[in-house]
Amino acid sequence: MNIVEKILARGAGKSSVSPDDVVFAKVDKVMMHDVSGPGVIKVFDKLKKQGISVDKLWDPTKVWVAEDHFVPSAEKVSAENIVKLSNFTKNYGIEKHFKYGMGQYGICHTISHEEAMVMPGDVYVGGDSHTNTTGALGAFACGLGHTDIAYVLLNGQIWFKVPETFYFKLNGKLPDHVMAKDLILKIIGEIGTDGGAYQTMQFGGTGIDEMSVESRLTLCNMTTEAGAKNGIVEPDQKVVDYLTQRGATNINLIKGDADAEYSKVFEFEGSEMEPTVAKPFSPENTCVVREAPSVELDKSYIGSCTGAKYEDLEAAAKILKGRKVKIRTEVLPAAISIYQRAMENGLLKIFLDAGVTVGPPTCGACCGAHMGVLAKDEICISTTNRNFPGRMGHVESQTYLASPLVAAASAVTGKITDPRDLQ
Amino acid sequence: MEQFKKVSSIVTPLDKVNVDTDQIVPKQFLKLVQKSGFGKFLFFNWRYDENDVKKPDFVLNDSKYENSKILVAGDNFGCGSSREHAVWALLDYGFSVIIAPSFADIFFSNCFKNGILPITLKQDLVEKLQKENGLVEVDLENQIITTPSEKIPFEIDSYQKKILLEGLDDIAHTLQYEDKISAFEKESKIPSVL
Repeated sequence: MNIVEKILARGAGKSSVSPDDVVFAKVDKVMMHDVSGPGVIKVFDKLKKQGISVDKLWDPTKVWVAEDHFVPSAEKVSAENIVKLSNFTKNYGIEKHFKYGMGQYGICHTISHEEAMVMPGDVYVGGDSHTNTTGALGAFACGLGHTDIAYVLLNGQIWFKVPETFYFKLNGKLPDHVMAKDLILKIIGEIGTDGGAYQTMQFGGTGIDEMSVESRLTLCNMTTEAGAKNGIVEPDQKVVDYLTQRGATNINLIKGDADAEYSKVFEFEGSEMEPTVAKPFSPENTCVVREAPSVELDKSYIGSCTGAKYEDLEAAAKILKGRKVKIRTEVLPAAISIYQRAMENGLLKIFLDAGVTVGPPTCGACCGAHMGVLAKDEICISTTNRNFPGRMGHVESQTYLASPLVAAASAVTGKITDPRDLQ
Repeated sequence: MEQFKKVSSIVTPLDKVNVDTDQIVPKQFLKLVQKSGFGKFLFFNWRYDENDVKKPDFVLNDSKYENSKILVAGDNFGCGSSREHAVWALLDYGFSVIIAPSFADIFFSNCFKNGILPITLKQDLVEKLQKENGLVEVDLENQIITTPSEKIPFEIDSYQKKILLEGLDDIAHTLQYEDKISAFEKESKIPSVL
């Protein structure tokens, strides 16, 4: 069995499972946020009306809640949703509720790794499509709709069809100035936005072994854009160290068997990878940066669960140090812990000196919610994950998806710029 | 959830691929959680211009399709964000059947929780249906789509068919077996995965 089959077999209490088997698996962790949470609460209300008891959750210690999409509240509906969410966690005894304005909070997928909420081998589900991100820690992590999350909250398990696995093998390290974001954009460009539909996308090979945990998180994050059920990397010592630094103990390293089967294997040579962007209006619409259209950018956005982890900010700071931005540029660290490290290590000073606006952790403009959404005809280069029409604001705005290095280099020139070409 | 009955209506052709959930219901409406009333936000940016005036060239604004219950769309329908609001909007607007060559996974699953039947058909059949002007009947019980000129069988998972026909969501369905589940829980030794 491969790693996903092993995790699902264990969750289902079976000795083995194969692709296409339908299993009922015990869930180890479940997450909801300020959009899915109120949706789940509504499902609870409906069940109550039907006379179904929703007095108790299956296990409040395995539930955690994030505030990220519409925080800090910009208007009263969002504010009311936060109150609703807070009442829910209080009533049901959920202690792990990361509230803005009360220490650590941030984008749910970032909290999942920054706070070591999810362990290798876990079955982890969340009320958000980018739940796939956390598969980089060696968990089976996938997104569910509100009704399914409500079901898990009450029952602690959910059914899955065991996915087939596409194996993406990276031979050798990525060159300087090329990031995991460039690789995942290249992959989506090749297989398309439904190329991974109901598949696991597993990443391995020497290039992945060399990669930091945060880079692996970027890869798994955007498996969602290929339609994948989940993304995963087999956990190694780097994952153990990463989680141990964040307070985790008893980490169990689950790996696939030597004779594990994959439905398809894709190989990439690290040395051949180049800075890449996805042009409007699809993550599959990719090209290398040096062949990108010469458009006048209005904005550079460095934020989101995809592109505002500590490593991402560090990459942007490397470019922006001693330089000035030519277009509006925002940096929104993805969690308070990252914000704090960025402050302690001088990154915030570099950003502010360069003219960048530094905002609070939030999904912000990535989902077009607030904190710098785009006007009609505005063109943005962004470290986020989607560029469908209107994703970041006006339906006639445009977003180019890029790595933090490319977004920062482009902020300096005002055009889509390969960091290797920066004077 | 209501029981799924035979549906008979003209089809609304939506000749677009990769329709993502942000096109189905834009994010500014996600803060709202009443389950009904989302129909007015369906395909909002395609239906209305900046002054909230209906765009005449968008298919849903053609009065011919006003009472249509069947939407026929392109590949990878429902991709993007997992928002269940997308399904609520389609249902509230009046669609109870969506036909496409393929669907995004979370969207597909969300349909069954809310009483919408998503049907996957081959590309050529979808294209043919998009051109169909007559009444089309979707019979879930017998898994047949009937147009004025032909009968098209379709596949559906037997469990998903059952929950739609009985109008049970997963939770209600599971609770039918509550006694058996409790008995099983007492006896079984499912290993802890922690």
